[in-house]
Amino acid sequence: MRKRRTSLLALPFTIYALIFIAAPLLLIVVYSFCVSPQNGVTLTLEHYKKFFDFSNPVYLQVLWRSIYIAVISTAICLLLGYPMAYILSKLRPGLRQVLSVLFVLPMWMNFLLRTYSWMSLLEKTGLINSFLEAINLPAFNIMYTQWAIVLGNVYNFLPFMILPIYNVLIKIDQSVIEAAQDLGADSMKVFGRVILPLSLGGVASGISMTFMPAVTTFVISKLLGGGQNALIGDLIEKQFKTTGNWGFGSAMSVIIMVLILLAMNFTSSYEKDREEGGQLL
Amino acid sequence: MKKVLSLLLVFATLLTLALSGCTDASNKNKTLYVYNWGDYIAEGVTDKFTEETGIKVVYDTYEQNEDMYTKITAGGSSSYDVIFPSDYIIEKLIRENLLAEIDYKNVPNMSLIDAKYKNLAFDPDNKYSVPYMWGTVGIVYDTTRVSEEPTSWGVLWDEQYKGEILMWDSVRDSIGLTLKYLGYSMNDHSDAALAAAKAKLLEQKPLVLSYAGDQMKDMMIAGEAIIAVMYSGDAAFVMERNENLSYVIPDEGSNIWFDNMCILKSSKNKDLAEQFINFMCRTDIAATNRDYICYSTPQIEVYNALDEETKSDITQYPDDSIYARCEVYEDLGEYTQVYDDLWTQILAS
Amino acid sequence: MKFFKRLSYVYSVLIFLFLYAPIVVLIVYSFNSEKSRAKWGGLTLDWYRALFSNSEIMRALSTTVTIALLSSVIAVVIGTMAAVGIYNMRRRSKMAVMSLAYLPMLNADIVTGVSLLLIFSALGLRLGYFTLLLAHVTFNIPYVILSVMPKLKQLDPNLYEAAQDLGAPPATAFFRVVMPEISPGIVTGFLLAFTMSIDDFVISFFTTGSGVSTLSIMIYSMARRGIKPEINALSAIMFIVVLSLLLIINLRSANDAKRSDSRPVSAGARASSR
Repeated sequence: MRKRRTSLLALPFTIYALIFIAAPLLLIVVYSFCVSPQNGVTLTLEHYKKFFDFSNPVYLQVLWRSIYIAVISTAICLLLGYPMAYILSKLRPGLRQVLSVLFVLPMWMNFLLRTYSWMSLLEKTGLINSFLEAINLPAFNIMYTQWAIVLGNVYNFLPFMILPIYNVLIKIDQSVIEAAQDLGADSMKVFGRVILPLSLGGVASGISMTFMPAVTTFVISKLLGGGQNALIGDLIEKQFKTTGNWGFGSAMSVIIMVLILLAMNFTSSYEKDREEGGQLL
Repeated sequence: MKKVLSLLLVFATLLTLALSGCTDASNKNKTLYVYNWGDYIAEGVTDKFTEETGIKVVYDTYEQNEDMYTKITAGGSSSYDVIFPSDYIIEKLIRENLLAEIDYKNVPNMSLIDAKYKNLAFDPDNKYSVPYMWGTVGIVYDTTRVSEEPTSWGVLWDEQYKGEILMWDSVRDSIGLTLKYLGYSMNDHSDAALAAAKAKLLEQKPLVLSYAGDQMKDMMIAGEAIIAVMYSGDAAFVMERNENLSYVIPDEGSNIWFDNMCILKSSKNKDLAEQFINFMCRTDIAATNRDYICYSTPQIEVYNALDEETKSDITQYPDDSIYARCEVYEDLGEYTQVYDDLWTQILAS
Repeated sequence: MKFFKRLSYVYSVLIFLFLYAPIVVLIVYSFNSEKSRAKWGGLTLDWYRALFSNSEIMRALSTTVTIALLSSVIAVVIGTMAAVGIYNMRRRSKMAVMSLAYLPMLNADIVTGVSLLLIFSALGLRLGYFTLLLAHVTFNIPYVILSVMPKLKQLDPNLYEAAQDLGAPPATAFFRVVMPEISPGIVTGFLLAFTMSIDDFVISFFTTGSGVSTLSIMIYSMARRGIKPEINALSAIMFIVVLSLLLIINLRSANDAKRSDSRPVSAGARASSR
């Protein structure tokens, strides 16, 4: 009896969540099937047809570009982040505590400021090129290209790759590694057969934590990609902020939602007990 | 942990108190919501208005006419009183019955506005709008990198400036100049014209460095690009700061535009809004604004006080021959959607 | 082995350089007397002075801080109650409510932002401070629930009942017995919510209006037309504050020694993923 009554404590949240979590998502789905949702409900498939128009696949190209850039960014994050997490995890506990704080620190700075700062580094007349010029090296022009977006993604999301992997690595039981060594495994084998498989959960969290923001970003593509390389996030933002075509914007939001759910489904099979531990948090 | 947290809390609360203390001091009773273009008013002007009248001004900015239009219409839940739309948007807003008629008894400074800028086609009886600034669209270029003065929009399609061209991320301006280049009107409604413009803009895309907004000004000053499509006032602004830059209105003709002040029908503070508009037309304020944003003023006294050099500068005050080549944008009605789609597709591809 | 050590040392330094280069640039520019970032005009502290007299920045700062504080306090109250309630639910309803709580974390920010914009306009709410607050509470609650839940699971279920058997009314039993046990989770939840809120841009971007801007929103619109040097000064100050806070928290938790895992670190990691 008591239990039943205590469970009522969740009521305010449930009501709040129904209004501000469930209903809004439902609304997106409904709006995506409306001609112009602000002026009443007239059902249509027009927005999806427009998106999946194979005779004029501009929007599919944008989706493809977004996925492509996000995959490359995530891969680079993994390649750079895994070794870093590994190095960190091998340090003395005190030292690694301090160093891991230093890794988190840049992320506490405003994300827009850091991205903006890259603009002044990368511009034609920016700091990197002034430096290269001073030592007589050719200029390095990636500003307003896809590579600038990749760089922005890697910069902003690298810590999300490093930390989950690091969190898993430090929890690996030392005795497992020692056992493998006692059985005659060399260090390559220990890594390949023991450490790597045990850290896959962290890798999976890392991938989903970098891929999701990378595939939906519109800030990085706008500031570093210069509007030249529109991503799906840019298109959604434009529909809601500039052209006022909420139906089409909603349809693209639904598409991105489905895409992320599929991607999550793929990685979550590697993530064990996501409620526990520091992976999700 | 707990101590840190409570310290944090105390710190944050103190900060909040301190901050709210300093912002709320001037807020006596009334608040006016103003929605203007970014970088389109001199610093301190709204503070001065508050100082003189005690009316608090909540000031918001937008980057394009379309952003503003969407914000005030799509959500159905905005609270702005005064807006600064351009000609074709004024026409649209009047047609959709979203603007309030201005009571000119409360805007005596309207008499300081040159008659040339009143009763224009978009607001024939001048019931709804008070001129703020006007200007043209043209090309700013770096004279050290472009040897001859460009006479055509075609320079924006010149291969030798690949990766050095800046375009506005603005649907009417970008499509409009392309139409003009192809010999159409900037207000063309035909699918054929739009298809031609689309092909042309796609052809241009590999040459464009960035589809930008206001940051273009900084980029041109710093020498990040060679050619940019710009509004005349911005052009005057950057030319003042980088002497290598020059402005030209191509021979094919261009757009001439008028940004006016309007009051939304939904405004609950119409009298305050009129007071604000009147204030903005006052000679000292209009002069401060003109000096800061460098656009062409419709205010007689401000214009008369300008030095001869500025008055004869065709960047800011184009002569009749240029005037004759230019068109004002018209509201496209339903066809707006076609323009929007086209522009989205250009950016997307 | 020595080679490997040296290599890993060099590698770490390079990664650190990569992560810190833009921040160093911001801080250095905050002392540049030239307004444009294209030139270096000598050292100055003017921007720090100008910062505190810039009413636009100060208003945005105050909005950011008050929204973060209010939304995380509300989220802590609703979220803690919810966690306790959910914990005592039967299996099926538990699953249902928990997945509701997970939704905003599984969704991209842009989708959450847009969906909130839709509901606010459908409800006829005027976009502004209030809608901004509602939005922040919405994305903050799940983090509180997920921080409190594990603590409830560690709790001895008999404790609460025992207290009641000894005659304590439910509320007293809760505040005297359960609260102290789960308070570390609540604190973590609060800190998470607070940082999420401070750092959010995308959701705020879609849900605010009427001249109400947070720092992120202001910086976004400035980034598109030239950041004022005062903002560089602000970022330098923020950097120092965050650095000292993080160091203090971590030194303390290191001193606590009991827990050797790096909670605040992992908390921060997720917090900034928005």
